[in-house]
Amino acid sequence: MQNVQALKRLLNDVGTVDQVGIDDRVAKYATRSIKKNAKVFGLKLAITMVDLTTLEGKDTPGKVASLCQKALHPHDDPSIPATAAVCVYPAMVKHAAKYVKGTSVKIASVATAFPSGQAPLKTRLAEVRAAVADGADEIDMVINRGAFLAGELQRVQDEISAVVEACGDSTLKVILETSELETYDNIRAASFLAMRVIRPGDFIKTSTGKTSLNATLGNNQVMLEAIRDYYLETGIEIAMKPAGGIRTAKQALHFLVAIKETLGDAWLNNTRYRFGASALLNDLVRQLVKEKTGAYQAPYTFSESSSAY
Amino acid sequence: MSAKRNPARELLFGDLWEYDPAPETAKAFIEPRYGLFINGRFVAPKTKKTFDAISPRDEEKLSEIALAGVADVDAAYQAAATAFTSWSKLPGTERGKYLFRIARLLQDRAREFAVAETLDGGKPIKESRDFDVPMAAAHFFYHAGWADKLGYVTPGRTLEPLGVIGQVIPWNFPLLMLAWKIAPALATGNTVVLKPAETTSITALKFASILQDAGLPPGVVNFVTGAGETGSAVVNHPLAAKIAFTGSTQVGKAIQRALAGTGKRLTLELGGKAANIVFEDAPLDQAVEGIINGIFFNQGHVCCAGSRLLVQESVAEEILSKLKIRLKSLRTGDPLDKNTDVGAINSKAQLARITELVASGVSEGAEMHQAACQLPKKGFYFPPTLFSNVSQSHRIAREEIFGPVLSILTFRTPEEAVEKANNTHYGLSAGVWTDKGSRILKMSTELKAGVVWANSFNKFDPTSPFGGFKESGFGREGGKQGLLDYAQLE
Repeated sequence: MQNVQALKRLLNDVGTVDQVGIDDRVAKYATRSIKKNAKVFGLKLAITMVDLTTLEGKDTPGKVASLCQKALHPHDDPSIPATAAVCVYPAMVKHAAKYVKGTSVKIASVATAFPSGQAPLKTRLAEVRAAVADGADEIDMVINRGAFLAGELQRVQDEISAVVEACGDSTLKVILETSELETYDNIRAASFLAMRVIRPGDFIKTSTGKTSLNATLGNNQVMLEAIRDYYLETGIEIAMKPAGGIRTAKQALHFLVAIKETLGDAWLNNTRYRFGASALLNDLVRQLVKEKTGAYQAPYTFSESSSAY
Repeated sequence: MSAKRNPARELLFGDLWEYDPAPETAKAFIEPRYGLFINGRFVAPKTKKTFDAISPRDEEKLSEIALAGVADVDAAYQAAATAFTSWSKLPGTERGKYLFRIARLLQDRAREFAVAETLDGGKPIKESRDFDVPMAAAHFFYHAGWADKLGYVTPGRTLEPLGVIGQVIPWNFPLLMLAWKIAPALATGNTVVLKPAETTSITALKFASILQDAGLPPGVVNFVTGAGETGSAVVNHPLAAKIAFTGSTQVGKAIQRALAGTGKRLTLELGGKAANIVFEDAPLDQAVEGIINGIFFNQGHVCCAGSRLLVQESVAEEILSKLKIRLKSLRTGDPLDKNTDVGAINSKAQLARITELVASGVSEGAEMHQAACQLPKKGFYFPPTLFSNVSQSHRIAREEIFGPVLSILTFRTPEEAVEKANNTHYGLSAGVWTDKGSRILKMSTELKAGVVWANSFNKFDPTSPFGGFKESGFGREGGKQGLLDYAQLE
């Protein structure tokens, strides 16, 4: 009985979300017209927010090496900044460390039996510790969606607390896997569950990128509003990371508009906002070069041919 | 949660990432001078008088508009009466073809019309582009579909046209109101003499060229431009079978008095002072968005604007603080900029009226909140404004302001909400915000308003009838019900 009521009580506390209203709101972001200097600023800002990601079974030290190079120098043009981080599997952390340790680019590692999270807690925590020991600056964990949907909210929250502890000094990003939570109400509830136990500057994150529906302006908005309400209530600043499905520069600018108009200037930087993406970086660079030269360059100019990023 | 909120914590909506100006660059193709559109062509007015069309955006002169006198209005009615003989006998399928053609031509020239509408009326380009013009086309498409199906509107009976319809429309949605009026009139086989509002004649006159391109028979639609005197000539002409008027309650009453005993039919769509009712269990952020949309859409120049916000006391403080935050990211300024949310006030006279009513709100003791925003130096602008601590007796809670001004009142129980919502001369629209479905249904039966929106506001569709209760008028526009107001049942 307690489990059945847990979600209802939490929603009673934090408030519900109307899906039609959210979708109406975010449709307006996509009509903002970002031109000239504002566009260049937005594109560069977006690049500094990218967690350049490779999460494949076929990842090798060589692939990770080239990913790191790309993150440090997205393009020949030195005015184009480095990305925020590279994001890899735990086994690849030590290979990434060789290239980016000591630079501005952080190493983020997914952990906790990513993407399903369906492993014993002990195993998941051990994985976090191993990744941190290998040099991961940031840990991207997944929440226990099974427990959430079964109404065991306390367990979901306790597990997040345990991971916070296992992280030590590393930053934590809590992946809600929004497509499996399905409703905006669930997404808001899960955001609060996580925010109440993570530390200032830790992230909540939409998705693993491994399901059919990932970050959308809609679930991003629900989470931004949760962050805003939590900040106004407690003064604690939680960061946000949409991941998966953001492939074009235009989309990225719409997400930035959402931050600008929901959380304001304090969240328009890479300690408060990240994009989990791979293909996005090349399109951001392509658009920046186009703004500079007035023409689109051939795809191979941006290492497009190496299929994964 | 609101109790725990620390008011000292603020979100910073600054200039870290300011949007560059993004003006719509498409041409509006406005002629320097327009005649009257009578019998299928533009003619000089017999009055030999013109008046200027001014853009509220920057007070620049856009065009010279012909002033129609009694003789001009008479010529328009004669043309419409002549055209009625053949137009009313045309098979529905043929009338439908003309309407489809008009709708498509309007879509083809949508961008040009959107720019013209914004220049002439002051509304943000994103609204004329995404709402006014597409919705106007949608009304023609919808009624085109009805033209050959009139035999199915009321089973066993047929709809016969009335004759020449005199129509007078307002300045807040010039092209859309024109579509609302002309489309059902033509679909049912009537002919039309229409007078646009004096401050917004341009899109109607541009629309005349679409009628020409569509090959609409001369005289089926006639436009006479001018102010109150012209309107009075349209209303009082003996050839009018029906008058359709959208505008202020004051003028509506005068029209009804003038028509008494003449046998002319009448529909009136007048003012409003809509209540937007927010219950404590509502999804508050979406309610806030709906409130903002309800009052600042088209600078509040909307007869169904949600200008009275009724909030349950337990969440009143939280709603007000959320509204104040939302106000900070609302962009007021040049209506031609694609990022503008709130554009220019339609006319100097309207700006003066809004300013006067806002001053009365302050002097009667309501608490005013305005976003700090830089308004353009030229043109007519008013910052989005909220009033809290408003009571029922305040003028800002009773009179239609027709501007970007929201009055916030509170209530304790659903019964009190209904009582306060209905405590007005008007009854055009209302909004209800709650997570509880059964409450929405109950409220919708108790609210005396022609439209009740649930967890949304200002949603329109050609299939949905729109119209008022009490001093908001009578008759319906749109849907099957709207057709019946342009026909007699045989």
